[in-house]
Amino acid sequence: MNWQAIRAIYVYEMSRTFRTLMQSIVSPVISTSLYFVVFGSAIGSRIESVEGVSYGAFIVPGLIMLTVMTQAISNASFGIYFPKFIGTIFELLSSPISFIEIVIGYVGAAATKSLMIGLIILLTASFFVDVRILHPVAMIAFLVLTCISFSLLGFILGIWADNFEQLQFVPLLIVTPLVFLGGSFYAISMLPEIWQTVTLFNPVVYLISGFRWSFYGTADVGLVFSLGMITLFLLICLGIIWWIFKSGYRIKP
Amino acid sequence: MIPILSVQKLSKTYEGGFTALSEVSLDLKKGEILALLGPNGAGKTTLISVVCGLVSPSSGTAVVGGHDIVADYRAARRMIGLVPQEVALEPFEKVHNTVRFSRGLFGKPRNDARIEEILRQLSLWDKRDEPVRALSGGMKRRVLIAKALSHDPQILFLDEPTAGVDVELRKDMWAIVRTLQEDGVTIVLTTHYIEEAEAMADRVGVINKGQILLVEEKDSLMERMGQKELRIKLAEPVTDLPKSVAAYGVRVEGDGSRLIYSYDAHDAPPRIAPLLSDLQREGLELIDVQTRQSSLEEIFVDLVKEPAA
Repeated sequence: MNWQAIRAIYVYEMSRTFRTLMQSIVSPVISTSLYFVVFGSAIGSRIESVEGVSYGAFIVPGLIMLTVMTQAISNASFGIYFPKFIGTIFELLSSPISFIEIVIGYVGAAATKSLMIGLIILLTASFFVDVRILHPVAMIAFLVLTCISFSLLGFILGIWADNFEQLQFVPLLIVTPLVFLGGSFYAISMLPEIWQTVTLFNPVVYLISGFRWSFYGTADVGLVFSLGMITLFLLICLGIIWWIFKSGYRIKP
Repeated sequence: MIPILSVQKLSKTYEGGFTALSEVSLDLKKGEILALLGPNGAGKTTLISVVCGLVSPSSGTAVVGGHDIVADYRAARRMIGLVPQEVALEPFEKVHNTVRFSRGLFGKPRNDARIEEILRQLSLWDKRDEPVRALSGGMKRRVLIAKALSHDPQILFLDEPTAGVDVELRKDMWAIVRTLQEDGVTIVLTTHYIEEAEAMADRVGVINKGQILLVEEKDSLMERMGQKELRIKLAEPVTDLPKSVAAYGVRVEGDGSRLIYSYDAHDAPPRIAPLLSDLQREGLELIDVQTRQSSLEEIFVDLVKEPAA
């Protein structure tokens, strides 16, 4: 294992984050605050509680997941797409490093950044509502697993994308709708029965449900099922990445 | 001597069916500068890309310092530095960070003293805290070289390092390459500028349509293939050459006051002395005599030109 190389990639990618620190931190803090103003105060004032939790507090796990997923995808996809775009990928391909090491470096940095943002949102939320975390270890585990899984998805996207439009396509047009419709701002039980069934086909439902359980002890679907789904998602991403590097898809003719 | 790089029957056919390399074989001696010449699309960059790991070979082998580039890629790549043709650098990163990053990628621990040495050698030390985008084109090329040298490679591939740079910078680049050679680095240089190969290389390889046409010591190549000319200026123009002079195959140029005698450099002995005696005997007064050797460029053009249909 070339640990120096993993470290070099990780430090290099993290330094990009710290170079744009204001943008990295201020942006999620502002958008989270806006969500609380709109959903928590304006709408939340008309909904007393959901499953025994005040509406403002209920949406916290969903909000964290929404940002963490989109940030993980954006960071990881940009991290590997940018060297492809400007041509510096030659350096990675000609270095004595394995593809596993490249993935650990890039995905590790993207996951760290999204984890940081997730924790910042949690902190921001605690200024607006009373956030309780019943199962902190499970909460961190869900958060870390989600950061890693979606960073892997972002990495795949960055390898696949041929232009910036494609890079934006998945987070904007697939992930954001899935998260919004995955019970970020409501409990699945609040939907008409037919939509409850349809919703179960949305993989994000299981992530948000499990994550919310770690906060308030209530979940839309079983905890084991949630864990199983996120593990399956992680394995699928790893499988695709393994195939990408074995075949050299879009990186090595 | 065991070659530091040994390429055997290396071929690359891309998915679309285009064959960029066809059974290329090449040995590189330690410490030499090899210039690879070839027209656009000849396969120069593909050859370098395969050896450096950017492109997978279709068949054949390449061994660097005894390490196969596929089976033992880590050890092979540790010995190689690559300066690509395109100036590919992250624009927002500072010079010393990007060079340090390259060293890390090659598994070397951080060594600020060595990075400083490299940056000073390339006159980049004053620019170390500047973002890459603030540098001139020439400085960016130096940064690429610094990155390639950051892990102390034994072979350096320079893919058209002076393409599109001005004469002064080109000369600077040549000086850098010579210094690297003095430090024991083996260098493979691809170039369009024959002048560059002529000035720098110990050996010259000519590649065209994915095949190596020849690899030879530059001096012996020029001697073997070089045409020489004896150019004679006469005091008075002539209209018809005397038969004894015309027999040498001498041609008349200009207003008749210049005679050109072409001969192969390896023709031994050239018939220069008898020609000059005959000219004198015929009463032709000479006011100037020059010899001229054909350049590598002419040899190169001759090698890669399409055979007449």
